[in-house]
Amino acid sequence: MAATGVDVGAPRTEAAALRERARRARRLRPQRVVLHAFLIATVLIWIAPLAWTVYTSLRPYQDTFRLGYFSIGGHYGFSNFSHAWSQADLVRFYGNTLIVTVPAVVLTLLLSSFVAFAVSRFSWKLNVAVLIVFTAGNLLPQQVIITPLYRLFLMIPLPAWMNPSGTLYDSYWGLIAIHVAFQVGFCTFVLSNYMRTIPHELTEAALIDGASVWRQFWRIIMPLCRPALAALATLEFIFVYNDFFWALVLISTGDKRPITSALANLQGLYFTDDNLIAAGALLAALPTLIVYLTLQRQFVRGLTLGATKG
Amino acid sequence: MATVPSPTPAGPRTRRRARKLTRRDKVVLSVMVAIPALLHIALVWVPTFGSIALSFSRWEGVGGFDTIQWIKTLNYRQIFTIYPPFWPAVQHNLIWLGFLFLATGFGLFLAVQLDKQLRFTRFYQSVIFLPVMLSLAIVGFIWRLVYSHDDGLLNNLLGTHVDWLGNSRINLWAALVASGWRHVGYIMIIYLAGLKALDPSLREAAAIDGANEWQSFRRVVFPALKPINVVVLVITAIEALRAFDLVYVINKGTNGLELLSVLVTNNIVGEASRIGFGSALAVVLLVISLAFIIPYLVVYFRGSFAGRGAR
Repeated sequence: MAATGVDVGAPRTEAAALRERARRARRLRPQRVVLHAFLIATVLIWIAPLAWTVYTSLRPYQDTFRLGYFSIGGHYGFSNFSHAWSQADLVRFYGNTLIVTVPAVVLTLLLSSFVAFAVSRFSWKLNVAVLIVFTAGNLLPQQVIITPLYRLFLMIPLPAWMNPSGTLYDSYWGLIAIHVAFQVGFCTFVLSNYMRTIPHELTEAALIDGASVWRQFWRIIMPLCRPALAALATLEFIFVYNDFFWALVLISTGDKRPITSALANLQGLYFTDDNLIAAGALLAALPTLIVYLTLQRQFVRGLTLGATKG
Repeated sequence: MATVPSPTPAGPRTRRRARKLTRRDKVVLSVMVAIPALLHIALVWVPTFGSIALSFSRWEGVGGFDTIQWIKTLNYRQIFTIYPPFWPAVQHNLIWLGFLFLATGFGLFLAVQLDKQLRFTRFYQSVIFLPVMLSLAIVGFIWRLVYSHDDGLLNNLLGTHVDWLGNSRINLWAALVASGWRHVGYIMIIYLAGLKALDPSLREAAAIDGANEWQSFRRVVFPALKPINVVVLVITAIEALRAFDLVYVINKGTNGLELLSVLVTNNIVGEASRIGFGSALAVVLLVISLAFIIPYLVVYFRGSFAGRGAR
């Protein structure tokens, strides 16, 4: 600081800074208490709906009928879960989800890394235009496109082995296709930002050695994108798993619907009381809760990868 | 996480590299772009323009394209004048938008608080983030149990007998609280990432200049978060315009919960299939969405491609 370099100056300011810091820490303590109190209250409010759902799901209907839902006592157990599971044939709906989600996520990641690679590693005239089309497409509300899409799906024929009713409508193929087409926008956007940060020297060396473009993509770029791909895979799994709208409109056969959108039908048909509804909702949320407990970091990373870059 | 992309490589170097691409490489690259682009355009952009075109038509959807009648702006005139649920739906969508912006503000507030060197901050974050994992449909089921008239948590806690979801004057607000429950965590986590990526010397400089907490946030931190603010703005707006699942689970979007998205959907999955009319409603939704999407794209792409290093 001081250009004259007076030696005594430094220790004195250091001590002053320490005193100041200590003073501030003391002064801040009541503020911290208030902050913690506020955060604990927020957390309690935030957890209450879920806690209520879990609590309701653990009690047999007879007990809640006798004692009321807002009560303690009676039996606690998992009978609602086993009833919901078997009565509503949940295995079938989980199976539907699997049939749609796995191909949708894999294809989305593959196709979007194709585009991201092409637009981020090479300079084309249309680079920005392609990115804008993909990004804007991903931001549209689904309802903007649903009416013509619905007609389009009814018009596109499929061979009977792909869908017995003979159209893209009411088929897993159609559902997978729209998931991929819609999500590819977001993933392209994120991956192209990510790939742009990979130094060009890495692929230039390969190019000089005569490696083809495909080899650069598959052997150099894709392995380097593994962290981003893992985060996006987690995120996209949740996005597709949580879809309600596409399956509701584009799948007419109730038994073909994935679990999230099937829930609306099951409630009323099989989930006749609040206890069963609670258990059914929790069962449908189970895979996402497992991801929350095990892959939360990846999920958050996927979200923020997209957000902090645009 | 957030890394600043290097600006697009300079001209001469690019040209040198471009010359080294063989014809086969060019074909491979074109195919790599063409397949996803065709899929995306065919299933997203063709229907978008389809909505615009069909909005000027009357079509019951039976028979081929030759049964389409072109009726100019009749659908729009009907929507604006004699279609009862339209203006309530617009109003509900706007309220939804306004409320989600409040929730966004709360999410930002929580992020700023949780970004301080705080004990248990991971725990607080995890709990508030939990609803973000759930689908809005499941959020709807969970909150129905909370709002249930006789058996619900809320009425029992408050000792009231309010029909939270049945009363058309308050059910929109009840649905909004449920929607905000999920939205706040989403925004909080995005801002937390942004705050962590912020250069700490910024805040130190503000503190040395004697700025208090609010001044340093208002003058230094918030402006530095601009790229994230832009994203959050567009996310919030689009979430509000997409809102559908929650009200559909509650009561299929009727009796005070009408939204534009629901009206569009009713014209295809409902009893009467009115393609033209539904498309015109979709175009209204599109126009409102574009008011947010286009400025976002301009800000984003101008920033990142002029090499100004916007994230």
